[in-house]
Amino acid sequence: MLFTLTPDQEFFRETTARFLAERASTRRLRQLRDDPAGFDADYWTKGAELGWTSLLVSEADGGGSVSGAGAVDLSLVAHEFGRHAAPGPLVDCNVAAFALSQAGGAAHREALDGLLSGAAIAACCIGAAPWRLGAGVGVEIRRDGHEVVINGLARPAESAAQAGLLLVTGRTDGRLTQVLAPTTAPGVAVKPLKGLDVTRRFAAVTFDDVRLPMSAVVGEVGGADAAFGRQAQAAGVILAAESVGAMEAAFAMTLEWAFNRYTFGRPLASYQALKHRFADMKSWLEAAHAIADRAAAAVAGEADDAAELVSAARAFIGRYGVELAQDCVQLHGGIGVTYEHDLHLFLRRITLNRTLYGAPEDHHQVLARREIERGAAA
Amino acid sequence: MSAPDIEDVESFRLRARAWIGENLGPAQHADLHPFADTDEEELANANRDRALQRRLFDGGFAGICFPREYGGLGLTPAHQRAFNEELAGHEYPSRLAVPTFSPCAAVLLEFGDDEQKRRHIPRILKGEEVWCQFLSEPSGGSDVAGALTSAVRDGDDWILNGSKVWTSTAWWGDWALILARTNWDAPKHRGLTVFMLPIQQPGIEIRRIERLNGSTESCEEFLTDVRVPDSDRIGAVDDGWTVGSRWMHHERVGSNSPYVTRPVAASASVRRGSSLTEIAGAAGRLDDPTAQGLIGEARMLQLVSEALLQRLSTAGPRSNLGEHASAVGRLFAGMSHVRRATIAFELAGDLAGAWDEQDDGAAAAAGMNFLMRQTACIGGGTTEIARNVIAERLLGMPREPAPDRELPFREVPRGPRQR
Repeated sequence: MLFTLTPDQEFFRETTARFLAERASTRRLRQLRDDPAGFDADYWTKGAELGWTSLLVSEADGGGSVSGAGAVDLSLVAHEFGRHAAPGPLVDCNVAAFALSQAGGAAHREALDGLLSGAAIAACCIGAAPWRLGAGVGVEIRRDGHEVVINGLARPAESAAQAGLLLVTGRTDGRLTQVLAPTTAPGVAVKPLKGLDVTRRFAAVTFDDVRLPMSAVVGEVGGADAAFGRQAQAAGVILAAESVGAMEAAFAMTLEWAFNRYTFGRPLASYQALKHRFADMKSWLEAAHAIADRAAAAVAGEADDAAELVSAARAFIGRYGVELAQDCVQLHGGIGVTYEHDLHLFLRRITLNRTLYGAPEDHHQVLARREIERGAAA
Repeated sequence: MSAPDIEDVESFRLRARAWIGENLGPAQHADLHPFADTDEEELANANRDRALQRRLFDGGFAGICFPREYGGLGLTPAHQRAFNEELAGHEYPSRLAVPTFSPCAAVLLEFGDDEQKRRHIPRILKGEEVWCQFLSEPSGGSDVAGALTSAVRDGDDWILNGSKVWTSTAWWGDWALILARTNWDAPKHRGLTVFMLPIQQPGIEIRRIERLNGSTESCEEFLTDVRVPDSDRIGAVDDGWTVGSRWMHHERVGSNSPYVTRPVAASASVRRGSSLTEIAGAAGRLDDPTAQGLIGEARMLQLVSEALLQRLSTAGPRSNLGEHASAVGRLFAGMSHVRRATIAFELAGDLAGAWDEQDDGAAAAAGMNFLMRQTACIGGGTTEIARNVIAERLLGMPREPAPDRELPFREVPRGPRQR
């Protein structure tokens, strides 16, 4: 993906790629279709040993990156996840680990250690966000003496039915608060949802007067706006890179098909009408790579334009990734909409990712607000 | 040159920043608008650009990636990029960027002999020579290798006859690269030769072409018995397609070439604010969510285009893109421009149909820019050709059948306009 990987990064990427080829074959994905979790614990802890959940966590907290640019290293893992349509809660476990480390890992040492080792799974329950949330979704968090009280609904929350930990983001007097809640806390109800992906599971999480000690708060009550912004950027980097990997896989598969499928005595690849569509897809794929890489580098470097670049990546890849995947289906013909063909595994992943952490339309609004502010300032 | 000879990029950047701050003013109207309303104005702009180029040269910042022996600085694309970043928001010789520096000077550097480069590159770097491309012909836009302009050997000279078209700035330019046919018995790609020639001479008649927006910047040239010495031939006789292929590569790279000095667009727009918000403001639509969605989409395309160009220009050994990567950039730039021009048009509403040039600001240009939007997918090689290049060269798909490829060129059918 990146043109300028260091030998360490290349080794790191290759290790994850080999692991996924072995443990996340398309045959295995199909077996996991009816598995309640969609991944097994051993797979996840082995992945965590490879570094999947430690890249955004400071070294002081037991994490560490490969290159010094954790978000870039993580984008390499995510890219490989996309290329394999791999199982596992990569986004939420990284976001949660990042959040705990951001707030100073000491306060939630046990939880953070669990995420780093892969023994613990965290689900992000987003009850407030700068992008649109579904109808009825929203979480209020209020302080009551030495406790915080959580009320509301968050969905979709990934792997919430499998998670032991919930990183809840909600509103306190118009500001954001984050709380780390055990899923066993009284008043928490997790209702599994049906979803697009073969292996990724989502749930709706309801909080009904869930009372937790102040020590459950991540950071300060009402002080999580900036931290959540950076978490959303990190999630955006993972989602963008993963979708690019899935686009690459779908495109490669369809290109091979074009050479091998003969119709009217010639390969599909010989028809100019189809060649031009492959050219368009190739340009979207390269552009998607480019903006995903730019966004990852900007987030890693905490650049001023990081939020804008993430929104541009999410908006572009959300729109053109789905277009590419659907055109791959069209170019396959009927076989492209069958379960037995692998193409849908990538179509699902790209399409699901488009819906998470803000849709392209939401990111357009984010970009527009920034432009309008800039125009007003000029 | 050994590495220790090269100034590091950051120290170069600081030097450039100081020099630009002292020697170049803020961007002028003429830097942002390629063609003036009148010829007098345009000639004044051209002379100003030549003077700006001379100022760059005298300041030691011209030809950053050009070899030292031809008057350049012998530095790297990273230095050029740093300079372009520092140049954001400043005046610069915009009329010399394309096609003088890329593709023309880039082709000269790649294929010119030592004497040719010593003769012309320093003059280009000083703003004394503005170059044009005599490439397309009236008989075939994208089929460049089907050139009908002929060059016939006459002693130490060649005699050129024919016509060329879509030549920007030819009416005031100095020199041109020209692709001509030197062998009618060879197949089309194997009978071409590239020459250079002065434009303002009796054998070249220049006709201004009026575009639908009233611009008369593009020209058509008619060559009648134009004599070119053999010493002005670039590359081997009948090997013009080798030169021509790279010429078109440099054309596709255009203003993103490391040979081109041009402020980085992003930083400039950051300073100016986007013209789309200006248009939406003029149309009273800044609070309209639909309009905001369009503004955001346009900003997305701008950021993605920049990221793509950067990716393509830094494609290293891991890249499977190779030399045809420029076609990806060309296609994306065309499609992105078309969409952004459409968004500007939609945002402007009825200001795009009838406008007041004084009062309506950026909205005043939205309608005409929309009428002209396909130029982004036509000029510099059509997007259809770019798609062919991507499919066939990058993805390895079968070539389109070309019945003319192996025929002696004189036997190739050329439609009703037979030569």
